[in-house]
Amino acid sequence: MSLATHLLSVLIWLPIIGGIALLLIGDEGDSGSPRAGIMRITALVVSIATFLLSIGLYTGFDSTATGMQFVERYAWIPAISVDYYLGVDGISAPLILLTTFITPLVVIAGWDSIRVRPAQYFAAFLILEGLMVGVFSALDGILFYVFWEFMLVPMFLIIGVWGGDRRIYATLKFFLYTFLGSVLMLVAFIYLYGQAGTFDLLAFADAPLTLAAQKLIFLAFLLAFAVKVPMWPVHTWLPDAHVEAPTGGSVILAAIMLKMGGYGFVRLSLPIVPDGSAYFAGLMIGLSLIAVVYIGLVALMQKDMKKLIAYSSIAHMGFVTLGFFLLWYINGDSGAALGMSGGMVQMVSHGLISGAMFLCVGVLYDRVHSRQIADYGGVANTMPVFAAFMVLFAMANAGLPGTSGFVGEFMVIVASFKANFWIAFLAASTLILGAAYTLWMVKRVVYGEVANDDVAALEDLKGREFLVLGILAAAVLLLGVWPAPLVDMMNVTIEQLLEQVAASKL
Amino acid sequence: MDMHNYIFAAPEMVLLGLICVVLLADLFVEDDKRIVTFWLTIASLAVTAVTILATGPAERVLVFSGSYVAEPLSNVLKLAATGFVAVAFFYARDYLRVNDIHRGEFYTLGLFGLLGMLIMMSANSLLTMYMGLETLSLSLYALVAIDRNSVTSAEAAMKYFVLGAIASGAMLYGISWVYGVTGSLQFDGIAAAIATDPSVNDVGLWFGLAFLLVGIAFKFGAVPFHMWLPDVYTGSRSAITVYIASAPKLAALALTLRILVDGLGGLQTVWDDMLMVLAVLSLLVGNIVAIAQSNIKRMLAYSTVAHVGFILLAVFTGTEAGYAAALFYTLTYVVAAAGAFGIVILLCRRGFEAESLVDYRGLNERSPWFALMMMFVMFSLAGLPPFIGFFGKLNAINAVVNAGYTELAVIMVLASVIGAYYYLRVIWYMYFEKPEDRAVVVPSADVRVVLSLNGVAVLALGLAPGWLWALCTAVMAVR
Repeated sequence: MSLATHLLSVLIWLPIIGGIALLLIGDEGDSGSPRAGIMRITALVVSIATFLLSIGLYTGFDSTATGMQFVERYAWIPAISVDYYLGVDGISAPLILLTTFITPLVVIAGWDSIRVRPAQYFAAFLILEGLMVGVFSALDGILFYVFWEFMLVPMFLIIGVWGGDRRIYATLKFFLYTFLGSVLMLVAFIYLYGQAGTFDLLAFADAPLTLAAQKLIFLAFLLAFAVKVPMWPVHTWLPDAHVEAPTGGSVILAAIMLKMGGYGFVRLSLPIVPDGSAYFAGLMIGLSLIAVVYIGLVALMQKDMKKLIAYSSIAHMGFVTLGFFLLWYINGDSGAALGMSGGMVQMVSHGLISGAMFLCVGVLYDRVHSRQIADYGGVANTMPVFAAFMVLFAMANAGLPGTSGFVGEFMVIVASFKANFWIAFLAASTLILGAAYTLWMVKRVVYGEVANDDVAALEDLKGREFLVLGILAAAVLLLGVWPAPLVDMMNVTIEQLLEQVAASKL
Repeated sequence: MDMHNYIFAAPEMVLLGLICVVLLADLFVEDDKRIVTFWLTIASLAVTAVTILATGPAERVLVFSGSYVAEPLSNVLKLAATGFVAVAFFYARDYLRVNDIHRGEFYTLGLFGLLGMLIMMSANSLLTMYMGLETLSLSLYALVAIDRNSVTSAEAAMKYFVLGAIASGAMLYGISWVYGVTGSLQFDGIAAAIATDPSVNDVGLWFGLAFLLVGIAFKFGAVPFHMWLPDVYTGSRSAITVYIASAPKLAALALTLRILVDGLGGLQTVWDDMLMVLAVLSLLVGNIVAIAQSNIKRMLAYSTVAHVGFILLAVFTGTEAGYAAALFYTLTYVVAAAGAFGIVILLCRRGFEAESLVDYRGLNERSPWFALMMMFVMFSLAGLPPFIGFFGKLNAINAVVNAGYTELAVIMVLASVIGAYYYLRVIWYMYFEKPEDRAVVVPSADVRVVLSLNGVAVLALGLAPGWLWALCTAVMAVR
């Protein structure tokens, strides 16, 4: 019983237990009390410890090996062969690292901007972290579903308790939308259990399925994952949830929870129902392109910064789904692998950039209490350091070469050129649209004359904020100039996945 | 030999004896010392539970000329019913005391109701079943009316009594038809008659079956025989509602399984369609109407209707796994329902019923621990993993899918999504709103422990549901 063999369990349960401890100790509901200070420090220590432990996942990961690593498997409900079954491969490991990396930043970001019930706030984030790691590492259908659904609870509370004015509407919409999306996935799991005799997700991939069944299962999965990603036309919960969520909630939503949808496609849809996926690939590409082009245009028209970034997230996630479903339109494995790894890189990169963008908005919101673009202008004059960060992240969001935003988008666009000119043409329009809505927002917020007294009174970044944005900026640049470690990590897994998808089940 | 027979009915006989003791002892207890009666009652329940454990056989045993059955299934149901009655008494005690209705009759009637339930769980003949059912029902009618100064209680009791009498009449009528056609009152005899003589399986028997099903649907509260449920839940004092909402559901399950499976199992292809209609209607009506409620007891009543839909769909499959899922679902539902009503009672004070949803505003600020417990219970009822309610739903849906009804499974999960809304609303009031009334909730230490155990059980059972599921399948396998 060593740490290495139980690393995934530790990464799941350490933050959850830490969160429960915070809940049990509780607070007096006031951020100024000494008890609240202890809470914050405990939360930070737990989240940093989790991150440090998760580095073991990177160093111990064998990127040449096929199959699952760090596997843990114990019987949980033997009667229906449900196991506590964890493991990671090149697809899930980077996402777990992203989760453990973002969470401490969120804890720091909420340090003194959360005034009511800080203990419950930090507890919610720690529990959420454990659950998200659980989603990315669960290899049993029921275990996966448990983490997947329970994850809604902390986020429901985070938006509902600490959110903005319309928080109740937004959080109920968030919860019910995603709940509706995922219940059919449960029915699909139960159906697959009937076919495979086990809830093992890897065994699901070997179960024989007719094309009709595959289509229905694909649609059930699609609803679950499309809501999470979110894809047009089931994206409408996201702008509301983002706008009303506290900064930390927005960051986690954009950086990690959206990735669950993309992860679901790769982990479940493609290997379990390859023929169903092939059948619907055209639809998926169509929906992805609508997300890229139409949602990009919608983003252009937003007056609220958070809403703008939310729409930009939908557009960027369109690249992810586009990359995953291109492979049926490409001859030759290298192009298919390119699209697939492009989608994966885009997920990680978008996690960093969108998180950073929401943190930037949070910095402004903490000072001025407004998210409206019109309430700002000339921020660069009073907050030069902040302005530098904001411009950097905006450039990354627009896909500037040298930032991580470029790598994923570029890979997907190249792959789509191999498939079809028009797909590539529409996909590449993001380079213009993304630049347009992001940079236009930056222009209106950051540059120009000082717009009003609020802006004139702004103070530049505090050390804590500088730290968080600085770490994210470093990560965005590092991944932009040297994405090799990330790509290498997932190469073997993606090749394996492509073989699996190519083998028809019919 | 005779003694050997009686031992299998020991729980009922022991309980009856103890009820008489409690009844007599209570005569000598002054009003302000009613706590003595309470603890005597709890002790009686403990003795009954021990008797069930000690005398319950490991296989199916028929006694009293086949009118009575003792088997692992009845042991589990009896034990659970005894436990939940005890829990209901714990929740009820302080409420009754502050509202000046802390009378001995509450406990004796509650115990008599339990006696009726135990008889139903062991009944192997239509008449034994009917006797148990009436013992339970009459106790419940009286319990609902226990606060004689309350107009709503009296109204609820009257409604319950009249509708219950009609349902009982329908059942008796069905019993007479089944008896007339098959020539037997015992479930084994009925099953044998259907198996040996196919001509029995005809309109006459179906006619009787339909009336029996009306009785079952009424006792469970399945649509369209659910009308009494919201009125009785709301009209009764909360202490009574927690009793009605918990253990009797287990008795209703026994009623269903005994009659439909043990007795009329040969007619499965006939009753499954009827059951499906009742179940799907219950799912939809229960969940949709619950959304419109502003009274939490009424909302929980409609939620009960919806849960009954799940239980009946599990029975509908006609498979052993389905029956096990129905048992699992009922047990886990009752855990959550008892917890929910426990919190409702907790928030009531003298002259103040915490019945309106808005009374739950800001509970997280007033009492974070009990708000958390209520949240657990609500999520369990909504079927959110990893709470135990999810595994109840999982097993039920699994049984339905395995029986080949995937489209019904889709209805089940979609109905759960509708249901999630009103459970979430309670959480929203507790967590997202500011409290209007800042009274701190301070229950007695023992109630606090029981309620906390109940709330934590909803989560703990969900984290380790394997043993309960194994138990449910095991008791169904030896039938």
